[in-house]
Amino acid sequence: MIISLASGKGGTGKTTVAVNLALSLSNRHVQLLDCDVEEPNSHLFLNPVIQETKSAYTLVPTVNYELCDFCGKCALACEYNALVVVPKQEVMVFPGLCHGCGLCSLVCPRSAISEQPREIGVIKKGTSGDGSIALVYGLLNIGEIMATPLIDQVKAEIDPAKTVIIDVPPGTACPVIAAVQGSDYCILVTEPTPFGLYDLTLAVAVLRVLKLPFGVVINKAGVGDRKVYEYCAAERIPILLEIPHDKRIARSYSEGVLFIKELPEWRERFAALMGRIEEEYER
Amino acid sequence: MKQLTVISGKGGTGKTTLVGSFAVLAENKVIADCDVDAPDLHLLLHPEMVTKQEFKGLKVAVMDKSLCSECGTCAETCRFNAIDVTEEATYTVNPARCEGCGACVFTCPQEALSLQERVSGYTYVSTTKYGPMVHAQLNIAEEASGKLVTVVRELAREIAEREGSDLILIDGAPGIGCPVIASLTGVDLALIVTEPTMSGLHDLKRILDVVAHFGVKPTVCINKYDINEENSTRITEFCRQRGVEIVGNIPYDPVVTEAMVAGMPVVEFSEGVVSNAIRDIWERIQ
Repeated sequence: MIISLASGKGGTGKTTVAVNLALSLSNRHVQLLDCDVEEPNSHLFLNPVIQETKSAYTLVPTVNYELCDFCGKCALACEYNALVVVPKQEVMVFPGLCHGCGLCSLVCPRSAISEQPREIGVIKKGTSGDGSIALVYGLLNIGEIMATPLIDQVKAEIDPAKTVIIDVPPGTACPVIAAVQGSDYCILVTEPTPFGLYDLTLAVAVLRVLKLPFGVVINKAGVGDRKVYEYCAAERIPILLEIPHDKRIARSYSEGVLFIKELPEWRERFAALMGRIEEEYER
Repeated sequence: MKQLTVISGKGGTGKTTLVGSFAVLAENKVIADCDVDAPDLHLLLHPEMVTKQEFKGLKVAVMDKSLCSECGTCAETCRFNAIDVTEEATYTVNPARCEGCGACVFTCPQEALSLQERVSGYTYVSTTKYGPMVHAQLNIAEEASGKLVTVVRELAREIAEREGSDLILIDGAPGIGCPVIASLTGVDLALIVTEPTMSGLHDLKRILDVVAHFGVKPTVCINKYDINEENSTRITEFCRQRGVEIVGNIPYDPVVTEAMVAGMPVVEFSEGVVSNAIRDIWERIQ
């Protein structure tokens, strides 16, 4: 089963739920994928032993000037303006704009364009310090815009024999879609505040477009107001778990410590959350 | 005219809380909410819309099923997994994954595919009691948010030039990718909001690298600095080593959430320690 954790916005406690849930499922084989490749944080809580680091690539065009006659068809075809042809002189390639679609090499009448890999980030694979969780995370290079291909490459590491938990990037745009697609169930983590509610409605809209079953975990319960609860009731969205606004939880997060280690009764609650998800999924 | 962008590496660190308060404190400015994925500033500033404009981002491939011979060439061509294949081997375009590159259009032997423009979101020019505001909303499951950020900034610049504003105040996008780069390029100062957590420190390092990469001057403030003072000291020490100025620390106070529930910038809502800290930061960055 693949369970993704999304939130609309960062800072709602997605990573907290992901790592605590993963560690509470000690009776199963769990794989945690951190697809928040811009700012992955899951590993900070798991003290992982990294067994493998590999580069992730996208493809960018290179021009063979022995074949190129500067006809300009590549630049004309490119929807991203990643190629500019200076007549009889040069084909300028802007790797930062290139999406790696390969169209330029397809349209070139003289087969003058080939594609070369360009590193956009790294993928790290390892095991949590206590050996219980397999961890995979991506780290996008600084200044890089292509998060989606890196997310796809992190997801290519999914082990279908395991219970897979995916930490999804914030927002509602392409990286979120790339991360949640293929999940069996999605947990939306929110806070009971006006910001939390607004971002939750956006995330709900995404999941409805994608037709994924989902439920809500309310973090920092007790702050703010009741509007998130009213919204969930009106929309018939199940509230799977509430995590109270508790100084001990905030403190353990700030220290990079899993709070189920400090507050052991939460181990059972997260395990029960998993049971609840399975029930919801069966329905 | 100066441009200030407030960013955070990660969402949820208090960026919008701070920008909302700066909107109260700053004079003669244009406000731009560049968190186009999940904008929240309007919940504090209550903009009244004056104009709404369509945003056309990337195109999308559209298939004419009557021409499709189900040969599967499009699925082989597409590098973004945007062609869905059913068990009966019929093919459809998944617009949520389509990057509008047109490779499938080029390779389809039946000419069943074409690229069409799509409306990916909207930009809004509004008035608030704090001054003009430009904001946007990306449609669900759309991309090109970096491009939309650029459009928001262009609109804000036009207004600022027309009205002779002294400042463009930008609520930046989270992350280190496309939208944050678009909210950062060409600004005079970036204020990074961080929290004293292990993830906060980790994200701060990454966002400082991004800011340096684009040649923008960074400053830092620590929100909720007293929830873990050892980590705040760590962040302070790290910033000192990197030569980055810390312009202030904001204490944790439930009043921030109360102000949010009331739909008001915190400096307008209360006169407590948080508001004083934000006023001090505003003085320093001026």
